[in-house]
Formats: sequence, structure tokens, C-alpha cells
Amino acid sequence: MKQSVQFRKGRGHHLLLAPYSVWSALFIVVPLVFIAYYAFTDNNFAFTTENITRFFTTKSNVTAADGSVSEVRTYLLIFMRSLKLSVISTALCLLLGYPTAYIMARSSDRAQKIMLTLIMIPMWMNFLIRTYAWMTILQDTGILNGLLSSLHLPNIHIIGTESAVVIGMVYDYFPYMVLPIYSIMAKMDVRLLEAARDLGCNGVSVLRRVIFPLSLPGVLSGITMVLIPSISTFYISQKLGSGKFFLIGDAIEGQYIANNLHFAAAMAFILMLILLVCMYLMKYFTNRHLYGGGEA
Amino acid sequence: MKTISRIYTALIFIFLFAPIVILLVFSFNEAKSLSVFSGFSLKWYRELFRDEATLSSVKNTLLLATSAMVISTVIGTAASVGIQRLRSKFYRSVMNTVTDIPMTNPDIITGISLMLMFVFVGRLFGAGTSLNFWTMLIAHVTFCLPYIILQVLPKLQQMDPALPEAAMDLGCTPLRAFFKATLPEIMPGVITGAIMAFTLSLDDFVISYFTSGNGFQTLPIRIYNMTKKTVTPKMYALSTIIFFVILALLLLTNLTNNDDARRMKEARRNQNQTKT
Repeated sequence: MKQSVQFRKGRGHHLLLAPYSVWSALFIVVPLVFIAYYAFTDNNFAFTTENITRFFTTKSNVTAADGSVSEVRTYLLIFMRSLKLSVISTALCLLLGYPTAYIMARSSDRAQKIMLTLIMIPMWMNFLIRTYAWMTILQDTGILNGLLSSLHLPNIHIIGTESAVVIGMVYDYFPYMVLPIYSIMAKMDVRLLEAARDLGCNGVSVLRRVIFPLSLPGVLSGITMVLIPSISTFYISQKLGSGKFFLIGDAIEGQYIANNLHFAAAMAFILMLILLVCMYLMKYFTNRHLYGGGEA
Repeated sequence: MKTISRIYTALIFIFLFAPIVILLVFSFNEAKSLSVFSGFSLKWYRELFRDEATLSSVKNTLLLATSAMVISTVIGTAASVGIQRLRSKFYRSVMNTVTDIPMTNPDIITGISLMLMFVFVGRLFGAGTSLNFWTMLIAHVTFCLPYIILQVLPKLQQMDPALPEAAMDLGCTPLRAFFKATLPEIMPGVITGAIMAFTLSLDDFVISYFTSGNGFQTLPIRIYNMTKKTVTPKMYALSTIIFFVILALLLLTNLTNNDDARRMKEARRNQNQTKT
């Protein structure tokens, strides 16, 4: 870097960059403009905000379990449900994944390698297959209930509930939480932990004051890597939720299937904006936490 | 403490592998049942190999993944060299931001955005269906490119810039200097990036789903269509085969990767030694 500044005054690098510049302008930037364009136009490509207002105002009646009917804002409800399920799944992934990453990082080199491969194998199976496997397990006549019957325990009905969707999300995205945390922990300087112990920290405070703050960047990238695919998924909810309730991804896909591209674009646009704001806030607060100084 | 963490790890791995094991076992089931194992049989495998649509989707997937890998590796490696030599800070940060977009956006947004553009452009030219192999290829190259750049760029930054300079002082043309001096240095990054691009393309469902036409079906899309109806254990046979292919690939790449990681560690150690 330092030396390459005055290195070769030629213009060759612009030529090398040209294909990628053109490609990313055409196929990354322009398509995003198209989302906004479709979101704010009607079928004849005349300007309208109707697609956006439709997202916030469409109402429908839902029947609760006790038979009472109430009016809800359809798409807001769908969005809040997606948010709820994906936040729960992310939290569960973190809760299960953090200790896993910690145990992995503290194991012998050989054990680390084996566990890393084992964590990655399910990740390399297509998520459709993984989700489908859970469907066969959780079905009313599936393996879980078969197992319960053979133990003379009462069967449980779980397919088609929000719990089943959460199980699917946690299973599908679990490795994405473990891997970033693990890679930070594996690089952590062991001497820091020893120093903390020498200075009188017990196990819990080493974890709280040294390991956790140092692993925070890994935790954050784990959270984004689980939250973003799970908030926008559309297959898991259809299979494990038995299509009984929609998530925002299902709503977008449904409008795409119905060839209602402008409304699909409007929902994608809103989802994108909300995620951008979330990511920005997360970055802002962690930067303040990491570099803001003072006792956290 | 040690026993607790052992039990915990065991439980986690049971959770991770139970569904896969169940798929493997029931792919050999004689009956169609998914909860009772009635006897060993290979009939679902035989049926799978008679399924023309699935076989051709495997061929399509490999064709698409190979093309996407080659194109994105070439464009991405060239782009990395270009970005590395950029002097304008503004241009550099623009490139970094643009490269981040496909990685941070949810797949569904990338898919929808490309689809909207393809449909719009297709309509301009009066085409009935504008989604086909080429639109899928464009989409796959687009989401693979950032991974190539992220793998190659750090390798370029680690490289001694005097190397290509020396090659050129010794009479190499810039192009020859790239192939003789730069490329061998950054090769591990290029290869890792290419493997990532290949596997991402093989595995992708969401973006393919939105950018594929009726004519061209990849394996994930075929699986999706198969799981829409009631499923026969043919799906499990297919999953089992995929599992073993992945296992073999993973073991193979793991061997090279470990070697790679070891070399990086060595390089870092050498650097520290020269510092002290």
C-alpha cells in the first residue's frame, strides 16, 4: 500500500476495473433503481404512491382461536410476525451458538478441525432439503410423533405452528452464527485471558469483561447473517408453517406469482429500507460501544 | 466443566445431524412411509435415475455454476487488481460500497430487483418471456463477484508490491508481470474465491427462483417443484447423493484449505519475527 502509491503511473488499472464497474452498475445499482421505480408506479408506469400506502393500510379480518373476529392491518401484521420470528430465531441461534463457538475455540487443533467440518456439512446441503427434512420429522405422522408413540407418550402437534418455523430457521441458519463467532474466538490472544485471571478475574468475569467484548464483532456479523435471511425467507414458513401464516417473504413471492410486480416491488423496497436502517443503527451503536471508551 | 461441554457439543451435533441421518436412512426404505422403516431397498434410487427432469436439472446446475464461476473469477480478479491500484479514495469507497450491496441485501431483494429489470428490458424488446439461462447466468455472476473480490483483494494487499515492479524492471510487459509475478502470489485467494462462487451458485435457490424462466431448471428449483406436491422418498435418495458428493468435496477442499491456513499462519509468524 505505502509503496504502491507511486507505483506505475499507468492507466492500466482502470481498464482492469472497467468490466466490473460496468457489470456492477448494470446489475447491482440499476436493478435497485428498478425496485424503487416499480414501487412508485402503477401498471401503466404512471407515478403513484398507492403501492406503498397499500402496504400500510390494507385491512382484513382474522378469526382468533376462540372464534372472535378482529380487523387487522394485513401487511403490517405479516411484517411484525416476520420480525418476531426472525428475532426469536436469531436469539436462539446466539444462545446455542455462542457456547458452541466457545467450546470449539478452546478444543485441540484436531478437534477444532473436525468440529468445523461437521458444522459446515449441513450448511452445504441445500436449505430446501434441510427444511424439508424437518417437515418429515415434525409432521403429525412424522418421526418425532412415532418416537413419542413408541415411548407411550402423548403425541404433539407442532407442524403448522410458529414454533415449527422457528425450529426450521434456527436449524437452517445456525452455522452462520457459529462460524463468525468461532473465527474471532480462535484468533483471540490467550495471554489476554491469562492476564485477566492473573489480575483476579474469576471465570465469569473473564467471560463478561474480556471474551465477550472481544468477540462482539463476530457476534454482530453472526446476528446479521442469521437475521437477514430469516426475516426475508419464504420457503421455511410455507413448509413448516403449512402455509397457514405468511411472512413478508411469502407475501412478496405471492405477489410475484400473481404477476403483481409493482406491489411486490413496493414490499421489497420497504423491507430493504427497514433493513438498511437497522444495519446502520447496529453499526453505529457497536462502534460507540467498541471505541466510545469508558466502562461499558 | 469438561463433561458439561462434551454433552453440550454432542447435543448440538445431534440436532445438526438428526435430520440428515433420517433422510439417509429413509432413502433406503422399501415403503413410502416416513416414520416406519419396513425394509432395505434401492427402488427410490432406481426411480431417481429414471427421472429425466431431475437428471437434466443436475446437468443445468453444473453448467450454470461452472460458467458463473469462470466469468466471476476472471472479472473479479481483474477488478481486485484495479481496486488495489486505485488512487482516488472516493472511487475506492464507491467500489467497496457497491461490492457490499449483494452481500448485505437479502437474496429475495437481489432476486426481485434483477427480475424487475429483466422483465422491463424484455418488454421493451417485445419479448414474451425474458427470463432464461442468460438472465440466470447474469444473476449468478452478480452475486458471486463480491466473494471473489473479498478473497483476492486481501491477498493483493499482503503481496509485496515490489514483485511485479521487479518483473517489469526485468523487461516483462505489465500483462506478463501479472501472470508471472502477481498471479502466483494471489492464487490461493483466487482458488478459494472460485470454489466459493461455484458452491454458492450450486446452492442458490432464492435468486434463481426469481430470475429463471420456465425452460431452464436448476437442481434447487427442481427440488422446490418436487416438494410442492406430496413427496416420494425419491427426494431423499437425491438428498443422500448430494450429501455424499458434498462430503467428498468438503474433505478434498479441507485438505487444501488446511494447507492454506497453515501457510498464512507461517507468513504471519515470519512477519512478527522481522518486526521484533
